[in-house]
Amino acid sequence: MSDNKHAKNKNSKMANFINMLKKQKFLLAITVPFIVYIFIFSYLPLMGWIWSVFDYRPGKGLSLEEFVGLKNYIDLFRDSTFWLALRNTLALSVLNIIFSTVAAITFAVLLNEIRPNFFKKLTQTVSYLPHFVSWVVVAGIFINLLRLNGGINNLLMSLNIIDEPIDFLLKGNNYWAMITSIGIWKETGWSAIIYLAAMTAINTELYEAAYIDGAGRFKRIWYITLPEIRSTIIVLLIMNIGWVLTIGFEQNLLFGNAGNFEFSEVLSSYIYRYGLKSREYSYGMAASVFQSLTSFVLIMTANRLFKKISNESVF
Amino acid sequence: MLRVTNKKADRRFKTFVYILFVIVLLSTIYPFWNLLAISFNNPQDSARGDIYLWPREFSLVSYQTIFGQNQYLGTAITNSILRTIIGTILNVMSCTLVAYALSRKDFVLRKFMSKWVFFTMYLTAGLIPTYILYSKLNMINTFSVYILPYLMSGYNVIILRTYMEKLSPALSESAKIDGASDLQTFARIIVPMCVPVIATVTLFIAVFQWSSWQDTFFFASNPKAGLTTLQYEMTKIIRESSSNLTEAQIRDMQGMGAAMATPQSLQAAMTIIATVPILAVYPFLQRYFVNGIVLGSVKG
Repeated sequence: MSDNKHAKNKNSKMANFINMLKKQKFLLAITVPFIVYIFIFSYLPLMGWIWSVFDYRPGKGLSLEEFVGLKNYIDLFRDSTFWLALRNTLALSVLNIIFSTVAAITFAVLLNEIRPNFFKKLTQTVSYLPHFVSWVVVAGIFINLLRLNGGINNLLMSLNIIDEPIDFLLKGNNYWAMITSIGIWKETGWSAIIYLAAMTAINTELYEAAYIDGAGRFKRIWYITLPEIRSTIIVLLIMNIGWVLTIGFEQNLLFGNAGNFEFSEVLSSYIYRYGLKSREYSYGMAASVFQSLTSFVLIMTANRLFKKISNESVF
Repeated sequence: MLRVTNKKADRRFKTFVYILFVIVLLSTIYPFWNLLAISFNNPQDSARGDIYLWPREFSLVSYQTIFGQNQYLGTAITNSILRTIIGTILNVMSCTLVAYALSRKDFVLRKFMSKWVFFTMYLTAGLIPTYILYSKLNMINTFSVYILPYLMSGYNVIILRTYMEKLSPALSESAKIDGASDLQTFARIIVPMCVPVIATVTLFIAVFQWSSWQDTFFFASNPKAGLTTLQYEMTKIIRESSSNLTEAQIRDMQGMGAAMATPQSLQAAMTIIATVPILAVYPFLQRYFVNGIVLGSVKG
């Protein structure tokens, strides 16, 4: 008796489910093709990682004869250029994260302190603009400004900061500072938007109370504005951690040259040069695996840590 | 007394901020303006330097050279426009559809699909596996490398879904009671209400398509395929001219007498050509951009 009821229940559950599928046929019809699409374009290439333990030659299938174990990884970790590329990638990432974040928050705080008026609006609108021009255009602009007789050398010389023009584009030890500064020029206005949005959500009573207690402008910024946008700052930092190992490629292709190779070579350009240009697919694949897996582990760890500390998570 | 000093400090602070704003304005606009002046200056004369706000010897040689001699430029402009239009339309359509499915709390595959989309944003295979995939699919040196990889993007799906979830469910429910199907609800209620966020996403993806050049570089650089784009042609010029010209080279060029374009002047003119479309639409559309990043920052 009860068995029968159970079966009936199960049956009707099944029927309900099928009914549901039928009802949601439009939703399924628009989702399923994209499940397949994402599988092919995002997850299928992950299977290519297996080639990093083989000696892969294009046009040939996988066979056990070509299995080389961790040889590609060992070669990779023994190559001093790989470590150079890793150092440069990390340096560029860390510099970029620190200085861009500080610049964007500072800009947002200052904007937030000024009442809306035409001049503020104009500054904001113009400051987003460089975000929308490509790095190619930005490179065109800065190569023009940074050449020996270009605007920046002229400015520095007329201010008596330097006596002789600096060859920014060829001198390697300027490269990190150059790319970081250009990044700040390009993205500060845009990144400030998010922080500004977070600031407008701050309860104004907090400021009024602080004002009555005699807190000056800087105290209000330090004790109210910055703590109140803390979670926004952390979320953005975590999201940036996912890109730590992948940045610098476009800049390398545009600004990189023999003169600054030692400072401009990054992981992605290393993978490109070995993997694609000289067709060492398996070796490049090993480097790709290192880059992607480490990035993934980094962002997952950062998110977990953040969850533990603040009971919030980015995703 | 205290008030007075406060006011003074206040004024000093404001002066400081406004000076900073002026610096931001100038340092953003001047580089573009300077390049514009150089692009309209006599190329040999520009090599002497010291061009700031206006051309010293007005000349159209750089533009004439680019439009007259660069055999790829016509193809490049066509391809840039085509990939921007086709790529943007397809991406926005698919992102809106998927976002709608994900915004429906009762959808059976909601949880699975969210994760499926989400992980694509953080787990990427890398350049080499991607290259091998495209070559297996016979996409190398075909127009499809500009379209297929960008048919959908996780970030846009999330922005759209977040917006749709905030819409009042009452409207679509009442439509359902009136007998509207999901497709009808989507087309007649959801899409019209999402116009602002769809505009934002459209702009993001259009700017992305217009600015891309690395895909040409990796996957479609064979000149025979005729897939070059404006940004890619510019990259080529930049990579050729990124080193400074020596004085001897300049003298050589001046010795040639008649006006001739230099790598520097070509690069200036090309940069202006690639920037003008963005500058032209920017003032009208910038508020949508701003909407978008605020929407996108709200985590779903």
